[in-house]
Parts: sequence; structure tokens; C-alpha cells
Amino acid sequence: MIIDELEKKLRPPELELKPYPPKVITLASGEKMVVREARREEVGVLLGTVYPLLGVPKDFYDIVASRIYAEILGWYRYRVANEFVLVGAIDGVIVGIVNSRLASKDIGMSYHTIAIKRGLRVGAQLFAAKMEHHIEILGQKEVLIVAESPIGFKRWMIEYDLENREDKYPEFRHELGGVPTYVLTTELYNAVRDQKVTGTRPVDTELLATADKLKMPDEYPQIPGYKRGK
Amino acid sequence: MRKVAIVGIGHTVFGNLSEFELVDIMSFASGNALEDAGILKDRKIIEQVFVANVGGGIINHQTGIASSLVSRIDLEPAMAELVENGPASGSSAVKAGFAAIASGMVDVVMVTGGELMRTVTGWKGTDFVAMLTHPEAEYNYGLTLPAFAGMFTRLYMKKYGLTERDLAMVAVKDHENGAKNPYSHVEIPCTLDAIHDGENANVVNPYIAEPIRLYGACPVSDGAATLILCASDSPKMKFFTKKEPVLITGMGAATDTHCVHNRKDPLELTAVRLSAEKALEMAGLSPEDISFAELHDAFVILELAISEEVGFFEKGKAKEAIKEGVTRIDGRLPINTSGGLKSKGHPLGATGVSQIFELVKQLRGEAEEGRQVKDPEHGMAVNFGGFGNNVVTTICSKE
Repeated sequence: MIIDELEKKLRPPELELKPYPPKVITLASGEKMVVREARREEVGVLLGTVYPLLGVPKDFYDIVASRIYAEILGWYRYRVANEFVLVGAIDGVIVGIVNSRLASKDIGMSYHTIAIKRGLRVGAQLFAAKMEHHIEILGQKEVLIVAESPIGFKRWMIEYDLENREDKYPEFRHELGGVPTYVLTTELYNAVRDQKVTGTRPVDTELLATADKLKMPDEYPQIPGYKRGK
Repeated sequence: MRKVAIVGIGHTVFGNLSEFELVDIMSFASGNALEDAGILKDRKIIEQVFVANVGGGIINHQTGIASSLVSRIDLEPAMAELVENGPASGSSAVKAGFAAIASGMVDVVMVTGGELMRTVTGWKGTDFVAMLTHPEAEYNYGLTLPAFAGMFTRLYMKKYGLTERDLAMVAVKDHENGAKNPYSHVEIPCTLDAIHDGENANVVNPYIAEPIRLYGACPVSDGAATLILCASDSPKMKFFTKKEPVLITGMGAATDTHCVHNRKDPLELTAVRLSAEKALEMAGLSPEDISFAELHDAFVILELAISEEVGFFEKGKAKEAIKEGVTRIDGRLPINTSGGLKSKGHPLGATGVSQIFELVKQLRGEAEEGRQVKDPEHGMAVNFGGFGNNVVTTICSKE
């Protein structure tokens, strides 16, 4: 069919990505956050989770939510190459999302980290899981990272002591808008791994089942008074 | 000396309020207190305002805060001044208000403490607080308050056998209370398994200044709190019929060496001991008479050390009290019923006022379900300035 032929031309070439093995992290509250790879058919619930945050300027939720929304949609519609999405879920309710893609076999391109639940370092744990996927599971050598909020800058650039490569601009740059590009090398990752990456594997079957059918949060600490469906 | 009653209290939520201006949040707390006292319309009876704040000029680029607040809430021509005493500014402002009434100079005083610290980055905030250290002997060497607390904790551990698990137990207790306090910055309970015992604990609760971990330190918070004080013998007490007054029965303050290394034993918090002794003497009470306490746990180690220094427990024994549940809400001597600085938060200028706000709530019997102390008579608040070099203790009692 002609539409299929045209569609084929629009779709990017894809690398085959190893799956991310799920893990569970006990957060400070004692809640168990299952971290697992999102499936393409779950895009609806992912977009629905992000959508209410599009209008929240505080802590740059609006820009991060808008971008992650478009990136996940791009993944679903085959307009982004080699993308993966990880979710954190407590009792099946999404508490955070991270996404990323492989620019090549060796170079990762970290996209965004959005924490719905606040105060428990959900974003920090999910970002660490994303780096774990790039370096340990997918065997990449470097991950290009940018920050679009002060929180991100502190959590990634400072805490991971990322290598600043902005002097290499424009030949070397992250694909998100030309903001300064930092890099997590394998060496830097290994230096902080024990302080940043945690989680228990394998995840108990019963616990993993709670995260099988993802649910959108009903409330958002970022939007006081918000109640889904009302 | 005239008796001084607390006749109104107000509070904002503690947390990230950076979308507001400093005087905004102070006026929110002040308005709450005027309403609580039942004098919103008659607010001009307030003759004097004391404002507690540390960083207005430094991080918020605003000075003349007391005048600004008075104007914002239409309290002119009340006298208004700023009180700055580092993290103990709040209690120092209350002390100034207490003295103004006790001396007979005025009858009605409003004390508002507030701080807006989240408008700057975390490291700038830490640097701003570190400015209270000695500029040449401490600050120039990169000493910050978390660094001091880390060294203090290490020394305490060595001397008294304190463990990281004991410290985690203090945090769990504080968060249990804070989770029930609607004003808390971190309104989340935590578990011992998650922050210490479990296999993910090392990452979930990382070191920030070894041996202090994330859950061993208070968050950086914005917020404000207000008290309205009136002379018990004043005819103006007729305005305050809405709530049962709570008396300030004891106040004491003391200082210690600016440089911590000049102290004979850095584990001796002499200013804490002296300020508490003065307050207890003024109130005619002993440590055993105190029903509950708010102790300045900017770091959880300080809750233990202060509780020993004021005479609640023998030196090195506060950790046993934690293990035995003595300081829980249902224990013999509940400590940090509000969640403390650890869970409720620590907006410097607001903290001391907020501690006394909590004493009043408890003594009125107005604390939220699950964190109301049973039949309290006397509450103590210790507000710790510097690294123990300027401390104010307040005792409040039922009338």
C-alpha cells in the first residue's frame, strides 16, 4: 500500500535494544517502587500522566512535561529512533517517568526525567536507573545529558560530576536545543554507581504484577486541588 | 514583672514558597494569627511588631522588612523592628516581645518570623547559613553547618557509642509526627527499614556530611509563623476571648564561644544548658515538670544532645530514650511533636516562632489527631543559634 511505503520512509532505522530487567526500590517512606520498562501499548497512560503538568511552570514542569509528552508520542508514532521509556510505579500508579534514546551503538542521548511524587527522590532513582540501562544493560560508552531545570542540574551535573563538553559546541552537542552538553562516561558512572544506583532483582512476582497495569495518578502535588476526572 | 500571655498564633505551610515574596509569607502568617486571636478588625491595638529574619537583605534583596510588614497588613503606627540572631532569631524576637510587655513599655505585641531560602540554589543557601561561622577561623576553611554537625556526630558516636541506626530512629519518630502536621515541609513518614536496615537504604538515604545522612538533616525551607502576645493584667485582654491564653512562664538565653574549637569540650553545649537553666528558674520548674518539648533538630544528633543538655536525660542516654519510645507522642516526654526541624522544616527566622506556635497548639489541645500530647501542662522550646553559640529557651504553660 502506498501509505505503508511512505510511512516506511518516515520511520527511523532502529537498533535492537536489550530489555531493562525490572527492579524494586524501597523508598524512604517504605513504599515499594517498581522500576520497569514501559511498553509501547502503554503510551496512553503515560501521556495521560504527563498531560496535567503541561501547565505547571514551577520547577520547569511545563517544559519537561511538554518535551517528554512529545518524545513519548514520537516513540509511539515511530518518529524517534531507539527510544526507551522507564517508569516508576507504586501499587501500579505511575510516580515518575524517564526516557532516553541511543544516538548510536555507543552513545546515549538522555532525554527527560519527570517525578510526579515529590520528596522521596523518585526522580533521582529513575535517572540512575536510566543511566544503569545505558551503561550496564545496553553497554554504551557515554551518555549525553542536559539539564532544563536547576533541580536537574544539581542532581545530574553536580552529583554525578558530569564532564562538561560545551566547549565542543556545535560539532558535539545534545539534540535538545543547544543547551550546554554534559557527558556521563563509563568511568564517571562507575565512580558513583554504588552511591546512586540501587534496586533489588528479581522483583517478587506478586509485586511485579501490581505494576503490570499502569495507572495514572489521581492527584498531583504540583497541582494543589487537582483531582483526575473532576 | 508582668505576666505575658500568647493570645494568637499563625503559621504558613513550610516548604518551597518561592513563588511568593518574603513579606507575602510573613503577612499570611500574621493574618492567620490576627484571625486566631479574634482581632482582625481591632488589629490596631497592636503597639509593637518584632520581625525575625536572617536572609532578607542577603538572599531576597530586601531590607526594612519590619516596616514593610506593618504597612502590608495595615498596622501603622505600631513600632516595628527586625531581630536577627541567626537560626535563633525567632525566639530572640519573642524574647524581645516578652521583655517589651513584661517591662510595662507596651501591652500588645506581634512577633512574626519568616524566611525565604528556596529562591536561591541549595549550595547558595548552605553558604548563606555558613556566614554565621567565624569568617577567618571557620568559614574560610569551607566549614558549613552540616560539616559541623558531621564532626559533632562523629565525636558523640565515639564518646557515647551512638550508632547510625539510633540516628535513623530519631528521624523515623520525627517524620511520624511531621506527617500528621499540615504545616510540614516533608509531610511524609519514613521507615527504619527504608532509611537504614534495608538493602536500598545506602542510596535512598545517602551521606551528606558523613556520618550524617539525608534523613539526619533538616530540609531547606521557606515559611513564616506569628505569635500575638498580651500582658495578662492589661485591660486589652478583653479583646482576646476567642481562645484560652497560654502563658510564657520562662525565657532564658545564653551565648558560647563563636569558634567551636575554642570550647573545652565541643560536645558540651553550654549555652543550651545555661539558657534552659534560666528559663526553668524563671518558670519555677525542673526538667521533670516539662510535659513535651520542641528541640532544635536541624540535625537529628542535636535533638539527642540538646535533650541531655537541658536535663531531660543523662549525657549519652538520650539514645536509650529513643529506643524505649520515651520521646514518642505517647511516651513519657514527647519531643518534636511538630515533626521538628527535621520533618516540619527550618526557615531560619521562622523556626523559633514556629516552635512556640507548636507549644501553644499542644497546650490548647489543638494538635492534629495522632500528635496531640495527653494533658500537657508545660512545654519547652530550645532554639539553637550558630553551632550552639547563641541559644534561646522558652517555656510555655497553661494558664
